[in-house]
Amino acid sequence: MRHLLSAADLSLAATTEILDLAEEMAQVQARPVKKLPALRGRTVVNLFFEDSTRTRSSFELAGKWLSADVINVSAKGSSVSKGESLRDTVLTVAAMGVDALVIRHSASGAPGQAAQWTDAHVLNAGDGTHEHPTQALLDAFTLRRHFRRTEPDRETFAGKVVVIAGDVTHSRVARSNLLLLRTLGAEVVLVAPPTLMPAGVESWPAATSNDLDEVLPEADAVMMLRVQRERMSGGYFPTAREYTVGYGLTRDRLTLLKPGAAICHPGPMNRGLEISADAADAANSLILDQVAAGVAVRMSVLYQLLGGEDAPTPIRGEA
Amino acid sequence: MTEPGPTSARLVLDGDQIARACARMAHQILEANRGAEGLVVLGIPTRGVALAERLARAMSEVEGVEIPVGALDVTLYRDDLRRHPTRAVGRSRLPVSVDDAVVVLVDDVLFSGRTVRAALDALGDLGRPRAVRLAVLVDRGHRELPIRADHVGKNLPTRADERVRVRLREVDGVNDVTISSEEATSGATAPPAEEKGER
Repeated sequence: MRHLLSAADLSLAATTEILDLAEEMAQVQARPVKKLPALRGRTVVNLFFEDSTRTRSSFELAGKWLSADVINVSAKGSSVSKGESLRDTVLTVAAMGVDALVIRHSASGAPGQAAQWTDAHVLNAGDGTHEHPTQALLDAFTLRRHFRRTEPDRETFAGKVVVIAGDVTHSRVARSNLLLLRTLGAEVVLVAPPTLMPAGVESWPAATSNDLDEVLPEADAVMMLRVQRERMSGGYFPTAREYTVGYGLTRDRLTLLKPGAAICHPGPMNRGLEISADAADAANSLILDQVAAGVAVRMSVLYQLLGGEDAPTPIRGEA
Repeated sequence: MTEPGPTSARLVLDGDQIARACARMAHQILEANRGAEGLVVLGIPTRGVALAERLARAMSEVEGVEIPVGALDVTLYRDDLRRHPTRAVGRSRLPVSVDDAVVVLVDDVLFSGRTVRAALDALGDLGRPRAVRLAVLVDRGHRELPIRADHVGKNLPTRADERVRVRLREVDGVNDVTISSEEATSGATAPPAEEKGER
C-alpha cells in the first residue's frame, strides 16, 4: 500500500491485517515504555488545513510511538495564511525529505491531488465531505472488539446491521464508514432528514430511511454523525430543537435499541443536539473506546505504509 | 508420519529426537535455575511459540507448578525492516510481567543472532527481567552478533548457504528438522516456510 486516500483502497484482507496489527499496537499503549523502533529515521508531517484535535494528536502520537520524527504544520500560522497554494505547500514540505504526509483539508480530493505531486506516502486525515479512512478503520476496530465480546471468533461483520444517522450529506465519516463496513460484510442503513440525505444516494450500497425510530430496533450498532454547522450555509433544518426531536439519539430512543447495541460518535459531539448525554454516557456507548483506538489504528496504518523498504523512487520531474 | 521433504533435504532430527531434545532442555533450564522459581517462557513466533509451550509443559510436569508461557513477536524491532517489503507482525502475549522474572527466550533456529538481538530490545521495553536465557532447538552457527544460546537441542554445523527447516506438529502438522542446500530448494514447490535467521 503506497497511500491511504479512501476506504475503498482497502480490501477485506488489508483491513483485517490493519485491525489485527492495531490490536498488537494497543498493547504497546498499555506498556510502561510506549515506544517501538520500527519507524526510526522516518519523518512524518501532519499537514492540517482544517482544525482538529483528536485526529492530529493521535497521528502525532502514533508516529512518535513508532519512533518516527513528527512535525505539525497547520494552516494558521503557516505560509498558507500568506496565500501559498496547496501545491506549493506540499512541494515545499516534501522537498525537505519527508516520508509521509498526513493531510487534512476542507477541499474534497486534496490529499489525492497531493499524492500526485509528491513521492511521499500520503494519508488522508479527512478531506472536505469526501472521506476520512482512518476514522472508518478505528470505528471498525472498536466495533470488532465490541462484537467479539460476545462472539470471540468473529472476523467479519456479516449479519450485522449498522445504522449511520444524521448529517450524511456533509459527512466524510459516513462515506468512509459505509465503504469499509460493506467491505467487512455489514449491512448499512443511512438515516437523515431529506435535506441532509445526499443526492444520488440511491446508487450507494446502503439502505436509506428518513425515520430513525423505524430502523433503531434493527441496529447492532448506531453511529451518530455530528451536525456540521461549519459546512452548512443554513436552511437544512428549521431549528436545532426540531432536529433533535426527529434525528437525535435521545433518552427515549435508547429504549428502542436492542440490548447491547453499540453507540458510536466520531466526535466532537454536540451534546443535546444529535446525541443526548444519556446516550453518550450509556454503558453501551463506545465513544471513548473510539478515541482510545485512534492511536493504535494509526500506528498500524503508518507501519503498513512506512514499515518496509522504500519503493524505488523515480527522480521527480516537474509535474 | 514424516512426509518426505525435497529430495536433497537431509533429515537431522525426527519427531522422537525433537521430543527428547525438548525434554533434556526442560531439565537443563530447571537445573540452571534451581527450580521453577520466577521462570517465564517466551517463544518467538512462529515456531518458537510452539517450542516454548512444549518446554513449559515439560517443566510444569517435572515441578508440579504452572509455568507461565507466552509469545514475543520481534518484527517491529528487527534491524532489516527497510530491506524488505513491509513485514507482517505476529502476535505477542505476555502471561505475566517480566519485571524481575527469569525470562527464557525460545526460538527454533539460532543463526545470525539478529532475531535474538531484536528480542532483547523488545524485552527491554516490556520491563526489566532479573535474567534472560536463550533456548533454541537448533544452533546452526554463523553468528553475526555476540550472542550465544544457554540451552541447545542440537548443534548443527552448516554452510552459510544451506537451509535449515524446522517443522512442528502445532504449526506444520509434522515434526522434523531437515537441512538442504540452497540450489535444491530454490524454486521448490514447498511453500517458502519461514526461513530462520535470514541474513
